[in-house]
Amino acid sequence: MTPALLEVEHLSKRFPLRRTAFDALRGHPRPILQAVNDVSLSVARGEALGIVGESGCGKSTLARCLVRLHDPDSGTIRYDGADVLALAGAARRAFNRRVQMVFQDPYGSLNPRMTIHDALAEALRVHAVVPPAAIPARVAELLALVHLPPDAATRRPHAFSGGQRQRIGIARALAVEPAIIVADEPVSALDVSVQAQIVNLFLELQERLGLTLLFITHDLRLVRHVTHRVAVMYLGRIVEIGPTPALFAAPRHPYTQALLAAAPRLVAPSLVAPSLVGGRRRREAATRGELPGGAAIPAGCAFHPRCPVAVERCRRELPSLTPRGTPWPVACHLAGDPA
Amino acid sequence: MRLPFPLIAGLGILVLLLLCALLPGAIAPYDPLAFDYTAMLAAPGRAHLFGTDQFGRDLLSRTIHATRIDLQIALFATIGPLLIGGAIGLLVGWFGGLADTLVGRLIDLVQTFPFLVLVIAIVAVLGPGLENMYVAVAIVGWVFYARLMRGEVLVQKHADYIAAARALGYSQPRLMLRHILPNAIRPVLIYLVTDMALAILLGSSLGYLGLGAQPPTPEWGVLIADGKNFFTTAPWMSLFPGLAIVLTGLGFSLTGDGLADLMDVRR
Amino acid sequence: MTPLLPMTPLLEVRDLAITFAPAARVVDGVDFRIMPGEVLGLVGESGSGKSVTLRALLRLLHGARVEGHVLWKGRDVLAMPDAELRAMRGRGMAAVFQEPTAALNPVLPIGLQIDESLAAHTDLSGAARRRRAIELLGEVGIADAARRLGAYPHELSGGQRQRAMIAIALAAGPELLLADEPTTALDVTIQDQILALLLRLVADRHMGLLLVTHDLGVVAETCDRMVVLYAGRVAEAGSVADLLRQPRHAYTDALLRSMPGEGEARTRLSPIPGMAPKLGRPLDACAFVPRCSYASPECSAHRPPMVAVEPRRLSACIAWNRLPARVAA
Repeated sequence: MTPALLEVEHLSKRFPLRRTAFDALRGHPRPILQAVNDVSLSVARGEALGIVGESGCGKSTLARCLVRLHDPDSGTIRYDGADVLALAGAARRAFNRRVQMVFQDPYGSLNPRMTIHDALAEALRVHAVVPPAAIPARVAELLALVHLPPDAATRRPHAFSGGQRQRIGIARALAVEPAIIVADEPVSALDVSVQAQIVNLFLELQERLGLTLLFITHDLRLVRHVTHRVAVMYLGRIVEIGPTPALFAAPRHPYTQALLAAAPRLVAPSLVAPSLVGGRRRREAATRGELPGGAAIPAGCAFHPRCPVAVERCRRELPSLTPRGTPWPVACHLAGDPA
Repeated sequence: MRLPFPLIAGLGILVLLLLCALLPGAIAPYDPLAFDYTAMLAAPGRAHLFGTDQFGRDLLSRTIHATRIDLQIALFATIGPLLIGGAIGLLVGWFGGLADTLVGRLIDLVQTFPFLVLVIAIVAVLGPGLENMYVAVAIVGWVFYARLMRGEVLVQKHADYIAAARALGYSQPRLMLRHILPNAIRPVLIYLVTDMALAILLGSSLGYLGLGAQPPTPEWGVLIADGKNFFTTAPWMSLFPGLAIVLTGLGFSLTGDGLADLMDVRR
Repeated sequence: MTPLLPMTPLLEVRDLAITFAPAARVVDGVDFRIMPGEVLGLVGESGSGKSVTLRALLRLLHGARVEGHVLWKGRDVLAMPDAELRAMRGRGMAAVFQEPTAALNPVLPIGLQIDESLAAHTDLSGAARRRRAIELLGEVGIADAARRLGAYPHELSGGQRQRAMIAIALAAGPELLLADEPTTALDVTIQDQILALLLRLVADRHMGLLLVTHDLGVVAETCDRMVVLYAGRVAEAGSVADLLRQPRHAYTDALLRSMPGEGEARTRLSPIPGMAPKLGRPLDACAFVPRCSYASPECSAHRPPMVAVEPRRLSACIAWNRLPARVAA
């Protein structure tokens, strides 16, 4: 395997929440939202790593820590061996060039008052990617790269559909010639028939430009299709990380199993009789209980209150993310046999 | 692109006022300061469209000549609050923290007092006159701009396009001036136009009270004040300057509404 | 009330057309029917007219011209006097919406909001209504129901809010539940629970369910029959199992093929080119033509009629018999 391009070790990010004046007077501590909790992972050059999980699992916070929109409370991020969190000034701007982000909301992620040309040219100029005289040509190249017509440059974001705006967001990220794209739910705001266009664009750009992709989503179908490896997060921690096809075929963590079972399928899995394709299902819900908020994470294994197989040990002891006789690391005391 | 009708009407009124302000001599039929003892307190008629005052001065000419000073008030009584309040609102909204809390409290404090009372109190201390009025309005009026600006900056700074710009490694001044400011300034500019109308009313009020423009300078508020002693016998003395104020206010308000429509980027 | 034959539909929609002034026809000739105890999926992307249709069924649309027939047990909802309409809403058809946060009153406790619905639609006394409210919360799976009556919407999680919303809808004892994207705002595991709950309620109460959604996976797992909408028109309709195995409209076919399936990972998907048409005057042609790989001149010549292509399968596609069957994994 190629050496890691981006390495994250023991990364944690907390957000203090508001408390009411009444609670403050009674001396209650300020509630803390533990968004990302001791997360370690690495991404190899050219790889597509998926991060999946439900709301509050910390996947978006993790993404924003990686592009330095949040400063983590502890842990390290290394890019190509260099400590990213220690960077400042010009070195930090250089890092910004290497790791770019594509956002979920195509309507909020573009400056509504700037034409597409201005938005792309600004990125090129600030980082002196090309000489000023070459900027118009480079803008045209970028638009062509994301399959937008050249006349798109003169218009403002409101003239475009959601899918086109997402292409513009991708072009802006590509303007500074990054090595890594962190894509946070890049298609979930788009209609199904448009999602495929953007997914294809990511796959194509990865091949053509050798990009490394961090693909963050709640959509299991997408992550299965796009990524080489996948990390499953629950309440701030990675519970399981491994090669996508194998992990999807035989998930080891009970949460991953529940998540895969809960996701509606268009075609019944081959285990089930083909006559069950479509129509009213007969199975019960895959999980019980609600997702706790990040400010009230259960002790021990965070999933134990909802876990169908939890034992006493799960309530007391936090399982570490290690291979447990499994082909990939799993954070479950009971892992070891495929379900 | 079609201009909205309110904007056309508003701009039309403002252009008319601007002509009066720039070329009063060319438009006004008489010298605004010339006494005419043959036509004192003349009712509006063919010779004097707006009538005359107790010295026989032509009120149409005086109202036209007053335009310049009132438009000056509209400009100078708003530019200070705009620049000071806009800058403070942008800075504390963007950086937040203790400065934001303190400025927020200060804004609340100033707003608990009636605006006019504060301005009059400050002018009373500094002495009457337009320059002092501008100073007083700047001291009090910036809070309205700061509050609007701060609120909009708080909304915009959490937008993803700002996150995208930060992820691109853009500098703080660039983020503030190039990305936040153009997107946050709309409510401030719209308020500015309304505030210009309010400033004229304020200038006229202070003129009426003798704290603003000093006689014999023709100013609408002063003209109304001059007419108050003759209100039963010569009501036109106050009526026409009053209508001029109303018309100007209408012009600014319509322009403000029209601009609000026009500045909506989603149009 | 007239006696009903067993197989009379609860709701029959005929040639429904909805126009927003001046010329935005958002729904253009939609037909479907729902039997008691049946789960019908109304599927489409944004702009397909699915949510507007649902609101029109209860006459909840303002500022729109609604034409055609919405027959509730044979009575036309669109022509009903107000008193009859009020009685039908809630007891006949009740609705739950996508955003329980927006649909619940934030300043009233859940118990009171259920009580309101009970008071409006039943003759129960105050104490009986309280008992019924506790039963209803229990029925929708809210634990410790008696204590939860006093909870305000903001004290509940998203999933619990949707459960409370369903309890309010059930309070009147509806015969048909209209659900507009009821799980779209929820997480996957919570969506799974809510869908299981809805299906249990349908079975227990022999209630009809109209499920409006953009998610074909949700339809595949919950519905008996489905109606596919495109640009305000029915593309095709039929049983979910048949339709997913063998689409009979080029749009459904393209939509299913554009989704990442169980096939080879990291291969190119087959997107539908272009984008959904803008709302406007009704076209005398198939609205999917610009994006369709099966389009022929005939498709642009006139609006393809809805044809019964198989028993209980309707399609408005001229190419219906040229579409490939989907291979189940």
